Amino acid sequence: MPMRFVLDRLFRRERLDHSMEEELRFHMAERAADLQRSGVPIAEAERRAQLEFGGIENYKEQCRETRSFHGIHSFFADLRFGFRMLWRSPGFSILAILCLTLGIGANAAVFSWIEGILFRPYPAVAHQERLFALTGTARGDPDDTDLSWPDFLDLQRSCTLVDSFIVTKITGTTLSIGDRAEVTTGSIVSANYFDAIGVRPILGRGFEPGEDSGRSAHPLTVISYQLWQGRFKGDPQIIGKTQRLNGVLHTIVGVAPKGFYGTFVGWAMQFWVPASMEEIFEAGGYKLEDRGARWIEAYARLKPGVTREQAQQEIAAVARRLEKDYPDTNRGRSIKLWPLWQTPFNNAKTLLSTLEIMLAVVVFVLLIACANVGNLLLVRSFARRHEMTVRLAIGARRGRLVRQLVTEGLILAAFGAAGGLLVAHWWRHALVLLLPARGGVAMHLAGEIDWRVLALSAGVCLIATLLLGLVPALQTRDLDVAGALKAESAGVVGSGRRAWIRSGLVVMQVSLSFVLIVGAGLLLQSLQRIRNSSPGFSTHEVLDTTVNLVAAGYDPQRAQNFQDELLDRVKALPGVESAAFARMTPLSYGSFSSTPIAVDGYQSPPDEQPIVQYNEVGPDYFVTMGIPLVSGREFSRADDEKSVLVAIVNETMAAKYWGGRNPIGERVQVKGRWMQVVGVAKNSKYQSVRETPKPFFYVPLRQNFARGPGLNIRTRLSPEAMTAALTREVHAIDRNLALFEVITLQEQVDRSTSPQLVAVTLVGVLSGLALLLAAIGLYGVMSYAVSQSTRELGLRMALGATPSHLLRLVMSRGLALTAAGIVGGTAAALASTRLLGYLLYNVSPRDPMSFGSAFVVIMVASLAACFLPAWRATRTDPLQALRD
Amino acid sequence: MVASLSHLGRPMTNSSDILPGTLDLLILKAASLGSLHGFGVMLRIQQISRGAFEVEQGALYPALYRLEEKGMLTSEWGVSENNRRAKYYRLTRKGEKRLREQTDTWNRLASAMATVLDARPEEV
Repeated sequence: MPMRFVLDRLFRRERLDHSMEEELRFHMAERAADLQRSGVPIAEAERRAQLEFGGIENYKEQCRETRSFHGIHSFFADLRFGFRMLWRSPGFSILAILCLTLGIGANAAVFSWIEGILFRPYPAVAHQERLFALTGTARGDPDDTDLSWPDFLDLQRSCTLVDSFIVTKITGTTLSIGDRAEVTTGSIVSANYFDAIGVRPILGRGFEPGEDSGRSAHPLTVISYQLWQGRFKGDPQIIGKTQRLNGVLHTIVGVAPKGFYGTFVGWAMQFWVPASMEEIFEAGGYKLEDRGARWIEAYARLKPGVTREQAQQEIAAVARRLEKDYPDTNRGRSIKLWPLWQTPFNNAKTLLSTLEIMLAVVVFVLLIACANVGNLLLVRSFARRHEMTVRLAIGARRGRLVRQLVTEGLILAAFGAAGGLLVAHWWRHALVLLLPARGGVAMHLAGEIDWRVLALSAGVCLIATLLLGLVPALQTRDLDVAGALKAESAGVVGSGRRAWIRSGLVVMQVSLSFVLIVGAGLLLQSLQRIRNSSPGFSTHEVLDTTVNLVAAGYDPQRAQNFQDELLDRVKALPGVESAAFARMTPLSYGSFSSTPIAVDGYQSPPDEQPIVQYNEVGPDYFVTMGIPLVSGREFSRADDEKSVLVAIVNETMAAKYWGGRNPIGERVQVKGRWMQVVGVAKNSKYQSVRETPKPFFYVPLRQNFARGPGLNIRTRLSPEAMTAALTREVHAIDRNLALFEVITLQEQVDRSTSPQLVAVTLVGVLSGLALLLAAIGLYGVMSYAVSQSTRELGLRMALGATPSHLLRLVMSRGLALTAAGIVGGTAAALASTRLLGYLLYNVSPRDPMSFGSAFVVIMVASLAACFLPAWRATRTDPLQALRD
Repeated sequence: MVASLSHLGRPMTNSSDILPGTLDLLILKAASLGSLHGFGVMLRIQQISRGAFEVEQGALYPALYRLEEKGMLTSEWGVSENNRRAKYYRLTRKGEKRLREQTDTWNRLASAMATVLDARPEEV
C-alpha cells in the first residue's frame, strides 16, 4: 500500500467517514425516490427509507471494521477508555501498578546486571561481542591457569582468525600524592591494549608498539579519568608529569576517557602500565622471557565473522605446537577461549551462578505480582460486569470487549514497566554495596540499561499484559445479557469459576513464595556453614595486614631488615603471641607461586607435568596461623640463605607423591633446586573455601628471594586496637610507610564468600517481597469473599453461629488455600532447589530445616493475612445483612 | 435499469434469504455487468435474480467495503441519473478472476446438489 494512502487512512478518518455517510445518504435518497415513484407521498417515503435502513452509525461502524486501519483507531479509543477507567479507581490502579513495578523492576534490574556484568561488561570497548577471555589449562588440573608472556607472543604471531590478543593483569600500588596514600588498582597491559579495544585516551596517548618489551625499559602510565579528576584535580598539563608507582618514577602519557574502567569485571582500574614494567609490579621477578611463569590474563578479539569454535581450534593448534616445542614448560598444557560471561579470572565467574539464580527468582516474583494484579482485575471485572453486559447488549462483540480488557492490562503493564525501569536504574549499582570493598579499592559493578535490556523488559511487560488481560477476558465468556440484573451471590466457601480462578491464583502465589523462602533458607544455611566451616587455619585471634615494601621502593636487603625489625617490635607488643610474614594470605585475590616439581621415586604420567602451588612463609608461620603440623618441624630463623634448602608439604601432597611413606628427610625439586622436606602440615584452604584438598607446600621466605608483604599476627586484641599499635611501630622504623587495613582472618573468609552473601541477600529480599505480595493476594481474596457473602454470614449468625464459628470458618478457608499452596510449593521446591547447585555448601537441597522454616513463615504470614477479613466477618450485623 | 418493484411494499427480508458466502459472488456478478453504485448493486441483484434474492442494506455496504479492501472492486465518485453525487463500483481484474473461479465452483456445487436431490430410491 503506498505510504500516502496509509497516512491518508490513518489520519483522515473524518473525511472517510464523511464519504461513507454521503454514500449511505445517497442510498436512502434513491430508495425514497423509488418509493415516491410508486406513489408514496414524499414525507412518508423519506420516513420509510430511513426506517428500512436503520441506524446509519451502525453500518458505518461495520464498514469501518472492514478497513485495515480500523484496528488502530479502535485501539486509540480503547486506550482513552482504559485510561478513564483506571483514573476512576485510583486505589486499584496504584496498587496494581506498584505490584507490577516491583515485578518488572526486579526483572529489569537483573537483566541490567546480567547485561552490564556478564554479557557486555565493558561499554567503552568497541565490539565487545568479539572479545573473549583466554586462560591456560593443564591436563589433570580442573582449575584454569594464567598464561605466560612468551606463549602470548606466540599466539599473537600465529593466529590468523584473531584480530588481536591483549594482556591485562590486575595489580595494585599504594599511591602517595601529597600527604595522602591510598591503595589503587591498576593493570599491567600489552602495548596494543588501548588500540585493540578501541579506547582513545582523551589526553595524551596510549602505549606504542614495543613499549611492552625491554626489562623495566618503559616507565610510562596511562591514568583513569577518575584518578585524573580526583587525585590530580583535573590538571590540564598532566601529560608528561611523573608519578612514583611502586618506587619507580613513571611518566604519565595519557588520560583514559570517562566511563572507561578497564577490562576487569568488578574493579575499577585507575592506571595502566606497559608489560615491560612487570617486574616492578609483580612478585616473582622478571617473567617476560620465562615461558614457565604463568601470570597474565588475556583477551582475544576475534576477526569479524569468526566463531569461538573456529578461533578455539586455531589457538589449540598453536598450543599443541608450543607443547611440542617447549615440553619442559608446556607439557600437558593448552589454551582455552571463554565467552566474556564465563571469564574465569574476574567477578564475572563469581557472580554467574548468583545471577542465574536471580533470573529464576525474579521470574517468580513477576508471576506473583501478575497473579496479584490478575486478582485485582478479577474483582474489578466483577464490579464492571454491568458495564460489560450493557456493552454486549448494545451490540459490542466479545472480541471487542476482550481487546478493551487487554488494552487496560497493557496500560497497567506499561506503567509498571516504566516504574520498573526506574527501579532498575536506581538499583544498577546495588551489587557493589553487597560486595565488600577490599582495602578501599574502587569497585565497579554497574548494571547496563541498553536497548537489549529495554527490549527484554518490554517483552516481560507484554507477557504480563497478556496474563493480565487474559484473566478478566475469560470472564466475558460467561457473561450473559439476561443475567445482567440478577443478583450475584457467592458463599464464603466460594463457588463457580470465578472463585476457582481467584483461589488458583492465590495458591500459585503461596507456592511460588514457598519455593523462594525455601531457597533463601538453603542459601542462608549454606552461608552460615561456609563461614563457620574450618578453613584449616584459625579464623579468630589471627589478624592479617599488609606492609607493601615493594610499593615503597625498598630493595630486597632493606626490606629484609625492615621485616626483621618490625617482627621483633610486634612480638614485643603486649597481647601478641606470635607473628609471621608470608607472601600470600590464603583466600585472597592473587595467585600463589606455582612450580613444576620432581620427587625422588615418583614417576608422573607421561603427558602430565606435576605442577604444585606453594607459599613463601616466614618462621612461626604455622603456629601463628594455627595450621597444625602432623609431623616434623616448622621453619625457623635458622632456615636462611646459608643453610640447607627446606620445605614443608601438606598431607595431600605427602600422600600423592610419597604414597604413604613418611616424606620427612626426602627431597623435592622446586624450580630446579632440590629441597629437603622437614615437616608435614595439615590440609587447609588456599584459594577458596569450596576447593577440594589439593597438594600444596611451603618454603621459607628467606631462601626464596620473596619479600612477603602479608603480616599475620596471633593475638586476642581487636583489629582496631592492633591498628594503632602497628601503625606506631611501622612509623617508628619508617615514617613514610603506610599500613593497609588490619582484618581478622574470619573477615578474610567472609570476603572470599561474598558471592554467597550476595545470593542470600538478593534471594532473601526478593522472597520477602514475594511473601508480602502473596499475603496481600490472600488478604484480598479473603476480604472479597467476606464482603460478597455478608448475606450468608448474616444468615449463619441468625441461625445461631457464634463469632468464633465465623472466625474459624473464614480462617479455615484461608488456611486451606495456604495449605494447598504449601503442598504445591513443596513439590516445586523439591524439584527445583538442586538448581542452586554451586551456591549450596554442605546443605542438602532437601534440607528439612529450610522446608520447615518456610512452612512456619508462610503459615504465620497467611494467619496474619486472613485474620482481618475473618474478624470483619464476625462483625457482620445479621439484621443488616439479611435486610440488604 | 429499474427493475420490477412489485415487492416494494413489504420490508426487506434479512440476509438469510441468501446462502451464506454467496453475497460476495452476487455483488461481483452484478458489478461485472457494468459500473454501479451501492443502491444499483442492490437493485441489479434483485433484477437478475428475478426478485428471488434481496440484499439487506446492512450487509451490502460492509460487503462492498470488504471487496474493495481486498481489491476485487474499485470505486470512484460519479453523478447518478438523478444528478446526485454517487460512488460507483467497478470490477477489477482480480475481481473478474475471482468471479470466474467462484462461478465454476458454484456451478459444480449446484449440479452436484441437483443430482443428489434428484436421487430416487430405485437408483440407490
